[in-house]
Amino acid sequence: MPSLTERLQTGDVLVSDGAWGTQLMARGLEPGDSPEAINLSDPEILASIAQLYVEAGADLVTTNTFGGSPLNLERYGLAERTEEINRAAVEALKPVVAGHALISASVGPTGSMLKPHGDTDPKTMSDAFHRQIGALIDGGADVICIETMIDLNEARLAVEATRALSSDVPIIATMTFDATPRGFFTMMGTTVEQASTGLVEAGADVVGSNCGNGVEKMVEIAREFAAHAPFPIIIQSNAGLPEHHDGELVYPEGPEFMASKVGQMIDLGVKIIGGCCGTMPDHIRAIRAAVDAHRGPDGELGIRN
Amino acid sequence: MDVLREIDDNLQRGEDQRVAELTRKAIDDGLSAADILNNGLLAGMAVVGRKFGAHEIFLPEVLLAARAMNAGVEVLKPLLIADEVPSLGKVVIGTVKGDMHDIGKNLVGIMLKGAGFEVVDLGSDVPAERFVDTATAEGAAVIGLSALLTTTMAGMKNVVNLIRERGLDGDIKVIVGGAPLSKDFAAEIGAHGYGYDATSAVDLVKELSGVA
Repeated sequence: MPSLTERLQTGDVLVSDGAWGTQLMARGLEPGDSPEAINLSDPEILASIAQLYVEAGADLVTTNTFGGSPLNLERYGLAERTEEINRAAVEALKPVVAGHALISASVGPTGSMLKPHGDTDPKTMSDAFHRQIGALIDGGADVICIETMIDLNEARLAVEATRALSSDVPIIATMTFDATPRGFFTMMGTTVEQASTGLVEAGADVVGSNCGNGVEKMVEIAREFAAHAPFPIIIQSNAGLPEHHDGELVYPEGPEFMASKVGQMIDLGVKIIGGCCGTMPDHIRAIRAAVDAHRGPDGELGIRN
Repeated sequence: MDVLREIDDNLQRGEDQRVAELTRKAIDDGLSAADILNNGLLAGMAVVGRKFGAHEIFLPEVLLAARAMNAGVEVLKPLLIADEVPSLGKVVIGTVKGDMHDIGKNLVGIMLKGAGFEVVDLGSDVPAERFVDTATAEGAAVIGLSALLTTTMAGMKNVVNLIRERGLDGDIKVIVGGAPLSKDFAAEIGAHGYGYDATSAVDLVKELSGVA
């Protein structure tokens, strides 16, 4: 199976998977529980979710390790089990994805804030990333996906830790932007330009955005990344922003609507397209079909091998 | 530049040690605690709040300014107590049960303190009983609930219900905020208000406590 780097070199547009949280909750995860504890207690749940996304046509399947930093796990008394928890998440997906998809190991924010704004010094945070990412690489992750970052310094520490651990594992790094009347900024005030420059400088191979916005805003974010980054771009959009209907939480953007923006994204140079909060296997199936059907600006088909 | 103006300026820049020094100087100059608080510290914080609301500055600047405000208030505290400088009222805040996310809640706390309210911060993962027990014990008129997760926001309703069960409806008002929330959701669970962001949360608390 070709690596992410090889796939990107051939000009392929890849599809990544959709939301995991909703899938885990549908299988019994309770609010307040550590989602990563499942990696040890019920790894077969992870395999069943991965199976849905592989069947939907995802080229990249995400591990359940978003909160797998020891700084996060210690809130649940699980910091000591960091290595096991992260390794188990990768291993659970291997039999399902083998030959079909690459394992993209999720690394989310630590939940701690760096000095001087918070109490955590960079060394502590960097050590935490080394532990988590080291275990993900040992477990056999094909890609490290540092995601949903709002602090560029924290994201850079994660990227640098990955590069220090492995000279060749492909690194995806995404940040989450708020749409303000003055443009797109992360909560910490990072612009798209600062994000793309900073993440690439730190060693990321693919940069972009996930979460925080519906697909229309994500196209605008992709356009900004394209203006600043001559690098592969990844966009993982929410299925819109959640709305409430009769006590039920609903993400308003359906599979067809999200897929209708795929062509625009590919033309902007987006190389990996997937989903975030609110997206389901059907969204990924629709995105897959749109990617396969789209003829890129250079006349190439964005078709999978 | 007069000392209050200097406090205001340095607070906005997050110069915590300088703000503490200047607050001491203002006390030595014979200014009243209320004057220093309202026209120095809180004046600076009001500008920070406004700029944050307009996306001119972001979370890091607000956190540093808040640290500077706390440094000044720490110096001023004995005098505030001795002079019995009145606060605008007490607000109990926290992130609801099952949710560990506290950035938004902390920000609301900072802005409320900056506006002159006393804030009792219960932290994150707070059960409904604790919100209501604390508000009752502290005599708080408003409880502010925060949630980032779509799964935990449902627990906000428990606080509203508990207040009704205990016959405290009218005495204690509940406001809610957090990324996945909306005005509709707030209305649906019977909350008294929805704060879109930290600045609007402060306006809401002012309105509900009759100091707007």
